[in-house]
Amino acid sequence: MATVTIRSLNKNYENAFHAVKDVSLEIRDKEFMVLVGPSGCGKTTTLRMVAGLEEITSGEILIGTRVINDLPPMDRDIAMVFQNYALYPHKSVYQNMAFGLQMRKYPKDEIEKRVREAAEVLGIESLLERKPRQLSGGQRQRVAVGRAIVRHPQVFLFDEPLSNLDAMLRVQMRVELKRLHERLETTAIYVTHDQVEAMTLGDRVVVMKDGWVQQVGEPLELYGKPANRFVAGFIGSPAMNFVEVAISDLAGTLWADAAGLRLKVPLQLAERVRAHAGKRLTLGVRPEALHPATGADPAECCFDTAVDVVEPLGNEILINFRAGGAPMVARIDPAVRVKAHQTIRLALDPERVHFFDEKSGAAI
Amino acid sequence: MLIERKWKKWFTFYLPMAAFILFTLFPFYWMAVTALRPDHELYRTWRQASATPFWTLDPTLEHFKGLLATTAFPHWLWNTMLIAIVSTIISLICGMFAGYALARLKFRGSEFLGTAIFITYLVPQTLLFIPLADIIRDMHLGNTPWALMLTYPTFLIPFCTWLLMGYFKTIPKELEECARIDGATRFGAMVRIIFPVAVPGILSAGIFAFTLSWNEFIYALIFMSSAELKTVPVGVVSELIRGDIFFWGQLMAGALLGSIPVALVYSFFVEYYVTGLTGSVKG
Repeated sequence: MATVTIRSLNKNYENAFHAVKDVSLEIRDKEFMVLVGPSGCGKTTTLRMVAGLEEITSGEILIGTRVINDLPPMDRDIAMVFQNYALYPHKSVYQNMAFGLQMRKYPKDEIEKRVREAAEVLGIESLLERKPRQLSGGQRQRVAVGRAIVRHPQVFLFDEPLSNLDAMLRVQMRVELKRLHERLETTAIYVTHDQVEAMTLGDRVVVMKDGWVQQVGEPLELYGKPANRFVAGFIGSPAMNFVEVAISDLAGTLWADAAGLRLKVPLQLAERVRAHAGKRLTLGVRPEALHPATGADPAECCFDTAVDVVEPLGNEILINFRAGGAPMVARIDPAVRVKAHQTIRLALDPERVHFFDEKSGAAI
Repeated sequence: MLIERKWKKWFTFYLPMAAFILFTLFPFYWMAVTALRPDHELYRTWRQASATPFWTLDPTLEHFKGLLATTAFPHWLWNTMLIAIVSTIISLICGMFAGYALARLKFRGSEFLGTAIFITYLVPQTLLFIPLADIIRDMHLGNTPWALMLTYPTFLIPFCTWLLMGYFKTIPKELEECARIDGATRFGAMVRIIFPVAVPGILSAGIFAFTLSWNEFIYALIFMSSAELKTVPVGVVSELIRGDIFFWGQLMAGALLGSIPVALVYSFFVEYYVTGLTGSVKG
């Protein structure tokens, strides 16, 4: 049983920079929790506080039922994988992996057994006698992970472990990490700035910005029901389209208006949007919620636009255009033939429209 | 095009390089030739018809023999070696800990301390020897090897500290963070991970310290008075120049023998030495 509980965690640096603001998280046993956000959002600082590498300004961190605020890193029963791998350059792969066990005075044969086991899991048995400088990036990454798993810690901490790898390898290691987590069933906290990594790896994902937690939830929950405009724009690629619209109430029907764009507010949102009638809101729609209009689409969800740029990606086509005074992207079926500067009629899926408060950005 | 490039390389690389090598090595050559030259060649005028200033026709080892037999040169060599090694070890140990602390630990005044240590290195020995002489006398250390073993670190420690501080800063701090998570204390991580990784830096600091104390002159001249206890640089100069007579052959033989250990130390560790100064650790 290793839950990690973070209560009202704050970090103030000496130069008065407030890096982590009142973060509270409940990480369940065996859960793979991903902290994601742009650089400087406090995700790494939070992780380092869990590791004991950064002092806690205020708040509490518990592993299981034990408060670990004042424990040195060695007594927290955690293992960490660093972005630059931090392999000990003067030690062989075997010694790198054995170091943590040696420090804890494990008997020699137990160390040997565990290192061989981990090496086998990671497919690095043949590298055990090499020095880190003789390894490729992916191999170093495996050794760094191996060094963490030999210790059988209660919690794994990952600090952007894949960001030094090239794109192909990153995708491959991502899958391996996920498989490894399923096999080991150890609670893990994973920090990344890459939302794709966050979505693919995380059982749950914490989105952070400027030291604040924006939203905590399962990947699809974040995607489908973003709590605010930041989360909506951060999760998903290409990013969600945003248009500033004016809300008007015409004989009980709510309309969202922007230059050259007039859409009926979908019924399921009407209740909540009604309070904002006569004011301005931000309308959000994901690229895949837009498609070329067919006769079946109700007219109040359609609009005409001139295509600006077409990006044929093979499995899909991205079309860039302007609507309501904002640049937008639609992701459509590659079978549809579209050319730049052509006028096209697009429909949006009324079920998949989001409204955000113009000032606070909170979802409505 | 190709020819032009070749010429370019000659002018921009080989020629300056040759000039540089000639310039640096000539004094050594001169030293060697003079040490091997018999006295009748040494003390003749330049205008003499048989003069061969750049080589000798009649090499001899008599100066070396004379040096070893009539002077305390073996003693000087031993003294210099002992003093240089002990003061290097003292300075390295202090420099490693101080350098680590200044590079890694954030404490009040750490930056000021770093600068202060550097400034002490800048105070010229020619000023420092006066108060130091007073201290040496008060502690009754004058004319013992300890006088030098303890005063050399006054300029070696700041030097080692600075060089090592710079080197420690190039080592990613994740290395020791990882070690601390792996179960090492801060001290343990320093000794087991950082110091072994810093070996090139430590060696180059050691070589520098060794050379500086090997060549040191002023303190050795002032704190040591009996002929037996002198170091090579002082011994050679004070015992082989008598009044206005220069025993050139023995002087050069002494200088040559005195520079061999340093040259050996350098050539053994030259690779470490270079990486130590350029500072590169790849994780």
